[in-house]
Amino acid sequence: MEIVYVYVKKRSEFGKQCNFSDRQAELNIDIPPNPELAEQFVERNPVDTGIQCSTSMSEHEANTERFEMETRGVNHVEGGWPKDVNPLELEQTIRFRKKVEKDENYINAIMQLGSIMEHCIKQNNAIDIYQEYFDDEDAVEVTEEAPSAKTINVFRDPQEIKRPATHLSWHPDGNRKLAVAYSCLDFQRAPEGMSHESYIWDLENPNRPEIALKPSSPLVTLEYNPKDSHVLLGGCYNGQIACWDTRKGSLVAELSTIEFSHRDPVYSTIWLQSKTGTECFSASTDGQVMWWDIRKLSQPTEVVIMDITKKEQLENALGAISLEFESTLPTKFMVGTEQGIVISCNRKAKTSAEKILYTFSGHHGPIYALQRNPFYPKNFLTVGDWTARIWSEDSRESSIMWTKYHMAYLTDGAWSPVRPAVFFTTKMDGTLDIWDFVFKQCDPALSLKVCDEALFCLRVQDNGCFIACGSQLGTATLLEVSHGLCTLQRNEKNTASSIFERETRREKILEARHREMRLKEKGKVEGRDDDLREEQPAVNLEELVSKAEEEFFDIIFTELKKKEAEAMKSKLVGALSGGLGGPGGSQGA
Amino acid sequence: MAEVEETLKRIQSHKGVIGTMVVNAEGIPIRTTLDNSTTVQYAGLLHQLTMKARSTVRDIDPQNDLTFLRIRSKKHEIMVAPDKEYLLIVIQNPCE
Repeated sequence: MEIVYVYVKKRSEFGKQCNFSDRQAELNIDIPPNPELAEQFVERNPVDTGIQCSTSMSEHEANTERFEMETRGVNHVEGGWPKDVNPLELEQTIRFRKKVEKDENYINAIMQLGSIMEHCIKQNNAIDIYQEYFDDEDAVEVTEEAPSAKTINVFRDPQEIKRPATHLSWHPDGNRKLAVAYSCLDFQRAPEGMSHESYIWDLENPNRPEIALKPSSPLVTLEYNPKDSHVLLGGCYNGQIACWDTRKGSLVAELSTIEFSHRDPVYSTIWLQSKTGTECFSASTDGQVMWWDIRKLSQPTEVVIMDITKKEQLENALGAISLEFESTLPTKFMVGTEQGIVISCNRKAKTSAEKILYTFSGHHGPIYALQRNPFYPKNFLTVGDWTARIWSEDSRESSIMWTKYHMAYLTDGAWSPVRPAVFFTTKMDGTLDIWDFVFKQCDPALSLKVCDEALFCLRVQDNGCFIACGSQLGTATLLEVSHGLCTLQRNEKNTASSIFERETRREKILEARHREMRLKEKGKVEGRDDDLREEQPAVNLEELVSKAEEEFFDIIFTELKKKEAEAMKSKLVGALSGGLGGPGGSQGA
Repeated sequence: MAEVEETLKRIQSHKGVIGTMVVNAEGIPIRTTLDNSTTVQYAGLLHQLTMKARSTVRDIDPQNDLTFLRIRSKKHEIMVAPDKEYLLIVIQNPCE
């Protein structure tokens, strides 16, 4: 049926504007469903219909035409000859050649080419253009860039209770791993629940340590065996020596017995050069230096007591903080003590008394680092109290070179293994100083603030480019120094050795002078009354002490005032440069 | 004619010169002081190399042209002076 709706409009209204209006919907037609019609159909249940919602594709095959290949050889014969000339016949070729030679073009060409050619031949004969002139001089890259160092990676202690990192050791092969020892060195102030673990970090993964070492007591020091990169030696807080094999796991492989170990924390352990590669020695503040063989850690093989009065009394012994051993001088070793004295010893001496050779005193506090210069083993670096000092074995009275007194305590130091004149120091205010005394003697060549907390230890990698430093909160920072600081500059060895020699000579002269003066004094004293001499020192002592105190405080105050003045000046300069005249003038007044 | 002879003789007599040869555009050796087989080898190879060198120079700058080609090897130096039709090749041992 048709549904039709008719629109009606009057003719007069054509063209009139439309006025639309709203009205309700009108139901025009309503066709209800008719159930009778359903009987004409049969319900089909179930209905099977395929539905696909993807692009329709078709399959097609194609075959390319075969490409035929064949291997052929080519026989070269003398060619280029014109068709009428047979190359094998001498007469014909000669005739051809003669013909060409008569050609005018030929003559001109040859004349021209000949002159050019002669020029080059003569050139060749005159000089060898490929001669190397500066063969013997190395390609000197005069790096005028300022020394710089940048942080590459930071390894944070995953424990919640942060412990200071007290010692670092690089993996001997390839330097891809770093072993860090964590312990709290404050006497009996280790927080409860502090973990004893120390970690070995893989440089590529700073998020998680690679291996955890679990000793029974926190490790103060940790060293890789330079001969066997799986073996590590650790010195514990309770005085024991422990040995790990990373192939066996993180539990201790060998542990020394408590009775024969040190009585104080083991501050330093070093592996010795031996055929078996299992010997080491350790030092602790209880005044003993012990030699061990790690195959049998139940007893030390040898014990030396650091008693400089040579009476081997443990009560008089000086606590040892750092050890030094150079494999080129295998019988000698040096010990840095808590009292600021360096003791040089000979291992092969017959009696224990003779083991102690001589002492060097000069620091006011414990010597935290002691290392021989890798290029000139006669000179060694000590770091302690607020200075770093360089000593020569020949000059026993005092160090030959020293840095100025810093504002913060120096905690560790090391020579650069590639440059004889460069060494690194760390301070309690978190700065790492790089000293290059060929470049500048009174200040570090570069001073870098690594972190806000104190830095406790420092280790340079064997190639001299990377430095790892450990801080009080257990973060180990890996830095890379600029190229100039890790490549040997030309003449540096000579310059450094001449500096050392010159300073040693100067000290020797001073020493000699002092000795003369003392002898003279002694001569004078023997001619006086003994009583008088005894009284006067007593009185003088108090006066001297009070005078010294006054002077001390004076100096401190002047220094402080100078600092304030400088701070004011810098503030003013800042204000003036930032200000726009006017107020700057009145501020100046 | 005589000048040509004289020129070539002079070139050959220079210090260090091992051999001289003149090759035409088809690679046929016209004059040579070396034996035939060596000459043929040099002629064939150097001709191609010179063509390649020349086309390289002209590809880069069509106004340019190859004036001289020097090949220095461990044992000696091969110098090639190209022309429109001919090639003058000299093998010299530069004195060191």
